[in-house]
Amino acid sequence: MTKPVLEINNLQTHFFTDRGEIPAVDDVSFSINAGEVLGIVGESGCGKSVTSLSVMGLVPNPPGKIVGGEILFRRQEGRDKAEDLVKVSRKRLRAIRGDQIAMIFQEPMTSLDPLFTIGHQIIEAVRNHRKVTKKQARAKAVEMLKLVGIPRAEEIVDEYPHQLSGGMRQRVMIAIAMSCDPEVLIADEPTTALDVTIQAQILELMKDLNRKKGTAIMMITHDLGVVAEICDRVVVMYAGKIVEEGDVRTILKSPKHPYTQGLIRSLPKMSNRDSRLYSIPGNVPKPGSIKQGCRFAARCPEVFDRCTQENPELLNLGEGHGCRCFLYEKEGKIVNV
Amino acid sequence: MLAYTIRRLLMLIPVLIGMSLITFSIIHLIPGNPARVILGDQATATAVANLEEQLGLNEPFLIQYGQYMLGLLQGDLGTSIRTNTAISGDIWPYLAATFELTIFAMVFAVIVGVNAGIISAWKQNSWFDYTAMVIALIGVSMPIFWLGLMQQWVFAQELGWLPAFGRENPRNPIESITHFNLLDALIHGQLDQWWTSFKHLVLPGIALGTIPMAIIARMTRSSMLEVLRSDYIRTIEAKGSSTLSVIYRHGFKNAVIPVLTVVGLQTGTLLGGAILTETIFSWPGIGRYIYEAIGNRDYPVIQSGILVIATMFVFINLIVDLLYSYIDPRIKY
Repeated sequence: MTKPVLEINNLQTHFFTDRGEIPAVDDVSFSINAGEVLGIVGESGCGKSVTSLSVMGLVPNPPGKIVGGEILFRRQEGRDKAEDLVKVSRKRLRAIRGDQIAMIFQEPMTSLDPLFTIGHQIIEAVRNHRKVTKKQARAKAVEMLKLVGIPRAEEIVDEYPHQLSGGMRQRVMIAIAMSCDPEVLIADEPTTALDVTIQAQILELMKDLNRKKGTAIMMITHDLGVVAEICDRVVVMYAGKIVEEGDVRTILKSPKHPYTQGLIRSLPKMSNRDSRLYSIPGNVPKPGSIKQGCRFAARCPEVFDRCTQENPELLNLGEGHGCRCFLYEKEGKIVNV
Repeated sequence: MLAYTIRRLLMLIPVLIGMSLITFSIIHLIPGNPARVILGDQATATAVANLEEQLGLNEPFLIQYGQYMLGLLQGDLGTSIRTNTAISGDIWPYLAATFELTIFAMVFAVIVGVNAGIISAWKQNSWFDYTAMVIALIGVSMPIFWLGLMQQWVFAQELGWLPAFGRENPRNPIESITHFNLLDALIHGQLDQWWTSFKHLVLPGIALGTIPMAIIARMTRSSMLEVLRSDYIRTIEAKGSSTLSVIYRHGFKNAVIPVLTVVGLQTGTLLGGAILTETIFSWPGIGRYIYEAIGNRDYPVIQSGILVIATMFVFINLIVDLLYSYIDPRIKY
């Protein structure tokens, strides 16, 4: 089997604040294969955005810092030679960023520089990484706009962000991200700020690019609908830790972890419209507030004594399905010790 | 853009009329008989009557104002009571001296202030940030006369590096064409004269530029801090752009509008409010010109001086407004 394009091992990203050191991402490991769409799911504050920013080297510092672990990136050619993005120089990281690993963000309305034309912002991305003339880069910009389905690309290229709608701006963001044919596209809640119809269009576009260009996508979302729509595999995060991972069918059809089960039960269903919508009792704990035991223990319906005393390990339940819960200790074996 | 510029220029007309009305009224706001006040207690009744005649004070107010405006439109600012010469001719050398000093001071203030502010924001809470902001705080709170005197003491008297007074060597003056000494020296091709003039500019320029520099530095820093936290800066970083491009091309361009506002207001203030600096450094500028006119109760000169300064203030702010829409495509009028 070929090695994954991106492999994250024991990543720890902490924030150093006045209230002490907060482990936003605590010992997280997962990998993305070439051409795969991996979903990272969780509630706000579970560390999924910080994980993605860690890969890009864009964690705001101060207060954030990667304190441990490795982020191995392997290019398509020479896949055996891995670069650890935690250790590479800033210059090397800049060369990778936007070229081989690109990112799009949640807020298309504020993610484009208001003072520069759309064309300029795409041209900039191209010329950061490719030795091309302005004219060639401009042609590339128009081509990218057409690729992401923007009508009148030749005119839009000279317009400013404020002249476009949110959905169009997100398309432009995707055009910028895809302009250098990255191996990995990180999408941090790319549809959250958009209308439902536009959401579907953007997801369709991303799926299409994934299929056509073979770009691996790391899709960060809190929306299980998005996961069902586009992802091949899913990682569920809770309070800075991975609680469950597996392929999308397994996770959605037969989730094991009580948290994942809760998430799926909270989805509204057409079949029982009269009953109250389920919600997981309690709130997400503040990162770093739980020092001992399972982080979900306080909200877990299946909690027992051991949960508050020991830290559960990620168990392998077979076929790449992992779950961090004592309930399955007999059937699974510990994945990472 | 052109239509907007024309519209803004037309909008200036009422502003300028209002300004002229106010400055014109100054002479009429003097309690009692203006001519008597100007000439003093010892003046004879004939002298007072003559002056009233000369100033046109015996005409009705509106006619006086009409004549004044008619003169203004022809570039006639009136006649100085003391020297009996046309103010429009007298005022230029002073104005040029002030322009030269203001430009020097603002170039200094902008270059130092903007860069200090940018680096402070970029390296927030670093030693550079702390030092720069403490200096900026001292800069805004320091009395300008004290700073000027200290500069003269250290750099002119003790070290002897720079001249303390005036704008040129009185024994070897520059032959004036434009009255901008740096420009005149260049036109004559006299580089040594240029250097002398430049050295004369340094101390008063820095004294005058210190407060604007400090304000600009603080404004740039706070504006940059806001911009650097924004989503689009993160996007630009995610593209793999260089730090220089992130900070200056995108960061500063987005942060520049409040800075530009401050630069405009400060330039206007310096043009009119440099009396203190001009006095300390014996700089023959418009501030001193008006100051002396006040001492001589030369009301037409005071009037014209105020009008000229106010007009420049209005035009500088117009330029700033036009720059806004040039920089930010979202600003449409």
